[in-house]
Amino acid sequence: MHIYEEAVERHVLAVLVDNEAGILARIAGMFTARGYNIDSLTVADISEDHAVSRITIATNGPPHVIEQIIAQLDRLVPVHSVRDLTESGPHVQRELALVKVSGKGEHRIEAMRLADIYRARVVDATTESFIFEITGAPEKIETFVGLMREVGLVEVGRTGVVAIGRGPDPA
Amino acid sequence: MAEKSGADILVETLLDLGVDTVFGYPGGAVLPIYDALYEHPKIKHILVRHEQAATHAAEGYARSTGKPGVVLVTSGPGATNAVTGITDALMDSIPMVVITGQVATNLIGTDAFQEADTVGITRHCTKHNYLVKKPSDLAQVVQEAFHIATQGRPGPVVIDIPKNVQVAATEYSSNATRTNTRYQPQTEGDFKAINAAAEMIMNAKAPILYTGGGIINSGPKASETLRELAELLGCPVTSTLMGLGAFPASSDKWLGMLGMHGTFEANMAMNKADLVVCLGARFDDRITGRLDAFSPNSKKIHVDIDRSSINKTIRVDLPVVGDVGRVMEQLIAVLKGRRFATPELAEWWSRITGWRATNCLEYPESKTEIMPQEAIRKLWQATHEREPIITTEVGQHQMWAAQHFDFESPNKWLTSGGLGTMGYGLPAAIGAQLGHPDALVIDIAGEASIQMNIQELGTASQYRLPVKIFILNNEYMGMVRQWQELTYESRYSNSYSDSLPDFVKLAESYDWTGIRIEDPADLEAGIQKMIETDGPVLVDCRVAKLANCFPMIPSGAAHTEMLLSAEDVKGTMDDQAKALV
Ligand SMILES: Cc1ncc(C[n+]2csc(CCOP(=O)(O)OP(=O)(O)O)c2C)c(N)n1
Ligand SMILES: [Mg+2]
Repeated sequence: MHIYEEAVERHVLAVLVDNEAGILARIAGMFTARGYNIDSLTVADISEDHAVSRITIATNGPPHVIEQIIAQLDRLVPVHSVRDLTESGPHVQRELALVKVSGKGEHRIEAMRLADIYRARVVDATTESFIFEITGAPEKIETFVGLMREVGLVEVGRTGVVAIGRGPDPA
Repeated sequence: MAEKSGADILVETLLDLGVDTVFGYPGGAVLPIYDALYEHPKIKHILVRHEQAATHAAEGYARSTGKPGVVLVTSGPGATNAVTGITDALMDSIPMVVITGQVATNLIGTDAFQEADTVGITRHCTKHNYLVKKPSDLAQVVQEAFHIATQGRPGPVVIDIPKNVQVAATEYSSNATRTNTRYQPQTEGDFKAINAAAEMIMNAKAPILYTGGGIINSGPKASETLRELAELLGCPVTSTLMGLGAFPASSDKWLGMLGMHGTFEANMAMNKADLVVCLGARFDDRITGRLDAFSPNSKKIHVDIDRSSINKTIRVDLPVVGDVGRVMEQLIAVLKGRRFATPELAEWWSRITGWRATNCLEYPESKTEIMPQEAIRKLWQATHEREPIITTEVGQHQMWAAQHFDFESPNKWLTSGGLGTMGYGLPAAIGAQLGHPDALVIDIAGEASIQMNIQELGTASQYRLPVKIFILNNEYMGMVRQWQELTYESRYSNSYSDSLPDFVKLAESYDWTGIRIEDPADLEAGIQKMIETDGPVLVDCRVAKLANCFPMIPSGAAHTEMLLSAEDVKGTMDDQAKALV
């Protein structure tokens, strides 16, 4: 007997939740309990009184699973709303990464040149290393980190994606 | 405003919410609450013998009364023992509030004595849970917990209360709070959807109502509305295990249960229908069989209060989110508004009559052995006029009870459907008896399952509860043996019930009456004696050891591939089928 897997698509969800103890465990745990995937998850409180947090989840799965993920999130008591940004039209996705590279000579110059092209800022430098700060859509960061691998990547920290719908209305 | 301790606030809030019965077991981390209960005789505390039984008793109480069941247990082992029943209540949508003690807030995280991460452990087997860190939050949390447990799709809610929060005092006046609440599920069906449903019904030539536990949860009125709807539509009705009793078994519209051990006519009708109206059921794998072969030619309407149940396994054409009782009322109103006249559906009914003619529930007769099916039918004949409450354990006896015990009204059939928890039946019967002191309450049991919470014989004795246990003793974990016959060439690996106790003596040692029935000729008299004996009675009914439960759709098969009797069973299964539960 073999186990077959279905084709998946990537979706970014914006989830507004009560900012209460255990909320992250509840959301992340629901994903593991039901076998859903999390590509990235970010959270921070966003309301003036700190009562509400916005969680951005990048996930992947076949369309019927994405539909279930949304319904399962929506029925959690502390969840106010769930929006599938991928589904609901144009939106902006951004991620920030800190990328450390070390090297001398050619590699160091090349790293600097690439950083310039990708509009990454230098936030720390020694004679043999840089830390670049780069923001952009996840694909841009992916490519940049890939290039840095060739010129002396030491480590990378990424925030995970945050996203918001275009236009005047809230998601 | 007067100051009160957390424990007092808890107990007073429970009283405000109308709680009259709590199932529990004391321990270090709940001593302050037990002390507060001592002062409040209005709340009846039922001391069980194991915390799992407290949760099942609360389920039995809830399922038979419609009110939430309340449980009180200590931290650590008390809470972990309760987890099975909490999960059971989640799977079967039973309203329940479980109060667990916790070590003091300053000790949390230190691996203190009897510390367990109760909110962590129960996070995914509750509808919601809380750790209360301040006594001033307590009243509000308890009120919200009851609201969440009972509204929308019901379920279990855990409130974990550290010991110092039970002891500390805070200002409190009983009617101060009650600011509800962030949880407001949708109960009205969308008007457009209702109209679309009416349209689909008017065009159907072969419709069927597929009902589930949601109708029971919606309340007795929903069962009335279902009868009205079925009458108006003139169509057949089938139900899941959890929905039995919502529709009277004596109705000519009733096809019996559907699914794995459902009737031939119910499963064939589901397969051949052109419209399936799913009312408060959730297309569980025990119902659907092989997904791609499930009711392949029908349009499907799914009414459910839980949106996540819709399109989870089976794609439907029309989702309607709302309380099933309310949605049925809306639907009836729209149909009447459109002057819908009950169609004859003659061709559809004649096909159904054909399927009914298989008499799929027939079983081989025996003069020497008691056939378990016969025992259930006789039990029904002897008791049905008293409208008994029936609970079950899990196994063949459960399925035979579902097939052969006919129910006319809701809240009379209590069984562990979603989780399939052996050991459910006796404590559930205790809970049901407490909710209905004058009712005849019978646990239809297997000799293996009953041993999983047998200690509760003591609880029934203590509170003088006249619960009856009717064990179909086949000396096997019959359902396991049946699967081993179907799947593993009858290699009976660990499915024999060895070293059984003498159930009659066991019952007597707890001050119960014990009866043994061995001869088919004594069956009726034995049942009669059970009913007529005051107080709790355990019947050890020795039945045919190797009888199997048919009809059966083997897992992974289509509704049209039913096994009707042992003769249909051939060979072993392939790995694909073996991998399914
Ligand atoms: C707690 C638990 N453990 C294991 C099972 C798996 N199981 C399902 S039915 C069954 C056998 C039940 O035997 P018995 O109570 O004698 O009932 P019978 O099938 O013989 O009527 C078992 C072990 C279960 N459902 N629940
Ligand atoms: Mg047995």
